[in-house]
This record gives sequence, structure tokens and C-alpha cells, in this order.
Amino acid sequence: MKLYDYVLSGNCYKIRLFAALLGIPYETVAVDLYPGKEQTRPAFLRLNPAGTLPVLQDGDLTLTDSSAILTYLARRHDPTGQWCPQDPELLAQLVGWLSFADDLTRTSGAARLHAIFKKPIDSVAAQKGAHALLRRLELHLCDQEFDDSSFLLGKAPTIADIACFPYVALAPDGGVELDGYAAVQRWIYAIRKLDGFLPMPGIHPLHEHPDKPLPEGLNARLEA
Amino acid sequence: MINEIALNDWYPVAMASELKPGCRLNRVLMEREIQISNDGDKTHAFEGSRVLPLQIRYDHVWTSLGAPARPLFEIPEGEQDGRRLVACGRVHVRCSPLRAVENFLDIAHFPYVHTGILGAEDHPEVERYDVEIDDEKDEVWARQVKFFQPQAAKSAEGGIMADYMYRVPAPTTSILYKTCPARVGEWDIITLFVQPVSETTCDVWPWMALYDDETPFNDLVQFQQTIFMQDRSILENQIPALLPLDPKMETPTRADLTSIAYRRWLKRRRMFYGAQTIAA
Repeated sequence: MKLYDYVLSGNCYKIRLFAALLGIPYETVAVDLYPGKEQTRPAFLRLNPAGTLPVLQDGDLTLTDSSAILTYLARRHDPTGQWCPQDPELLAQLVGWLSFADDLTRTSGAARLHAIFKKPIDSVAAQKGAHALLRRLELHLCDQEFDDSSFLLGKAPTIADIACFPYVALAPDGGVELDGYAAVQRWIYAIRKLDGFLPMPGIHPLHEHPDKPLPEGLNARLEA
Repeated sequence: MINEIALNDWYPVAMASELKPGCRLNRVLMEREIQISNDGDKTHAFEGSRVLPLQIRYDHVWTSLGAPARPLFEIPEGEQDGRRLVACGRVHVRCSPLRAVENFLDIAHFPYVHTGILGAEDHPEVERYDVEIDDEKDEVWARQVKFFQPQAAKSAEGGIMADYMYRVPAPTTSILYKTCPARVGEWDIITLFVQPVSETTCDVWPWMALYDDETPFNDLVQFQQTIFMQDRSILENQIPALLPLDPKMETPTRADLTSIAYRRWLKRRRMFYGAQTIAA
């Protein structure tokens, strides 16, 4: 399985993160989105006429949309059905969140591209749009907490969480601060705590090593 | 505050590869709008109708708003045959241009910000190293820097004790000389060229000159972009936004020797653009 990847893309990160959580092996092909604009060149457009990343190739299958790729990987590699539930109600909600994730890309993701690479867009409108989505997410996650649920669809994470995570966690890169969204921050923490979690630039790993003793002598120095 | 010192220095404003015939690039240098254009034959830089000095070196376009007092610094190793030259584009950061340089000089953050790549949390020690302000060259140098790195370069496999030298040849440029995994005895060159946009925002142009014939070009660029984007989120949250030059403002430790020398040198050069000179 081959992932055409750009390391700073939140949509590519969805796939890298999910593959890491499920332990799915794959190889990556680095595409020079910036500064090379490789996605606009004929060789890449033959692979994906839409000129977008990520692209996943598995045998004869080529998939070009991050939500489609997440759905495929979940169905193909998760026999428990946890990550992409079959239940009609849950599945319908999940599809709704995948669409919400695309709205995040268009707002928070766009504001980030403007802030980092000066992509010419209306950055204020993008930031406002991102805040409107974050308020909805905050309310939903508060409700979930009343039900003792840490994730979008319940007590277990699904591909809805993976799809929404990057452009929420990366929002500060685009000048969209998360200070006012306490439940969103707890949700980000819950995802970073998952076994096999993979960070990306701008999303730092947790720095807790409860199993590791402090360096020798540090305790004594702290107590002195 | 733009004083003569800041005005008369050279700054990067574009990659040489952006200079397509007929192009017109709009840039902001120290709050002033400038244009870079190429008429198919030559490249020009303007502020309004005023022609600015211009030179193309190290894969980048350099200009100045004033009358440069001295030539652009030399990086002889960067122009040796056989090196891969890698211009990584620009990253915009909401931080003082001086803070971007200072962060690049800091080793102690590697285990926590570049975890698993440039540092490991169980190897946080910064061993003693040498720092000097070279009065003759008017540069800051740090030598004999050693640090444990899980993956020092794209071409490195497994952890190594990496040797470093740091050099600051101009207030907004930092050069790192680093153990070259592919060629023993040579140094890989990794630089940060910083374009001050304002006192609290900058465009950073990372550039590398490496001995590495194996790694695909795109992987080299994305390795460097990964490292810098890990720094960006930290840089944008540093307080105060301006780099404090008053020694009473922050409490340095031994690991900060290079940073202290850098700040002292800025003060001596009277390079205050992006700096806080009076304790708030």
C-alpha cells in the first residue's frame, strides 16, 4: 500500500495517524506540495486529476479523498467494526462528521495555509468559519461528556474523530486559538493519549513517562 | 525601530527558483512593500520607483533597504562541489525575526520539541560547549557542541552523538554545521535565512547544503519543514514577542550560552529591530 503524502498536510496526517493506530504498514511517496507545487504537474494529475493529497494506492485501487481512504482502511483492517460502525444511526452520524471534517479543512485548514504559506484567501472569514464550527464541536463534546463519552460517537474513537482531529488541533497554526474550548481540548488530549498515537508538526506528543524514573540524583536535588 | 544598522543589512526576499521571466513578486521587508521582478535577463528589486541593491546567492535573492555597509557573509562550504543544495521555501511566523534565529541556536529544546528526531526525552543533557564572539569577523560562534540524536538527518539511521557548530554571521541568519552521516569529516550545512516582515513577524527561508546522494529531494525538504513547523508553534507563543536584550528580563542557564552571546552581540551591534531594549 502506497500513500502519496505531504508532511504538513492535515488531510494526509489523517491517514498516517489512522494507519499508525491500527498498525497498518504502508510506504510513503513524498509529494512536494510546497514549494514545488508538484500536485499541479501532469505526472501527478494523471494519478489524481483533482490535484489533491492524499492519494492512496492499494493494488489496483486508487483513492483520492481522505474520508474515503479512512472508510476503506477501517472496513479493510478493523474486524471489530469499532472505527466505522455498521449501526444505521451511528453510521449516519459518522458520515455527518466526515462532512464536518471537510468544513474544517475549508476554514481552519485554509486559515492555516494563509498563515504559513500566505495562500491568498480571505483569512478573517476562514477564521470566523472555524470558530463557528468549533462552537458546535464544543457543545457536542460537552453533551458527550455528560454521557461519560470522550469521543464524537461514544466511548470509543471512530474515523469521525480521526477526520476531525487534525484541523482542530492545528487551528492555532492559522491564528484560531483554542483557549475558549475546554471540551475540545479534553477531546484533543483523549486522542493524543490513544495507544499508537502519531504526532505531526504542530501537534506535539504527550510528554508523560509515568513508567520512567526521574534521572538519577534529580529527586535528591529537588528535595534538597 | 528601524535604525541604520537594520536598514543597511542584506535580507533574503525570494528563492532564486521563483524568478521566472516576467514575474513580479510583492514582499514586505521591515514593514515596507518592495517588488522583485525579472525581465527575462536580469532581476531587479524596487521600493516604489527606488532601485534597491540586489544579489543572488545561496539559491536566494538578497536585497537591502539601505546602503549595505558590508558584503553578504560567506559560506564557503555551501559552495563546495558535490553538495545537494536544498531551498525549502518560506514559512511565515508570528514572532520576532531575532527570536526565530535564537530558537535555532538552542539545543536544550530538542528532546521536547523535536522528540524522536533531534532529541530524546531520556537524553536531555546539554554538555559543556564553547561560545565566543569573534571580534575580527564580527560573528557569534558556538563550537564543540555534542548532543544525542535519535535521527540527526534524513540520511541517518539510528541514534548518534551528533557534533555541531553554530555560527551567526548576521543578526537574521544562523548557520548550523552538523556531523555529516554520509561523509565522515565533512559538515552538513543547515541555515535559517530570516526576512524581517515586522518586528513581530518574519518569513523564514531554510536552506541546506548537504552531502547526501541517496535521499529523494522531496524527503529532504519535508524533513526540514517538519523540524521547522515543530518550532513554529512554540515560537508563536513566546512572551514577550520582542527578544529581550536586558539581562534582567530572563534567567538564563548554562545551556543558554549561545543565546546569551547572541543577545550581547546584537546589543553591541545596536541591532534592535525585533528586540526589546527597555525592560517592560
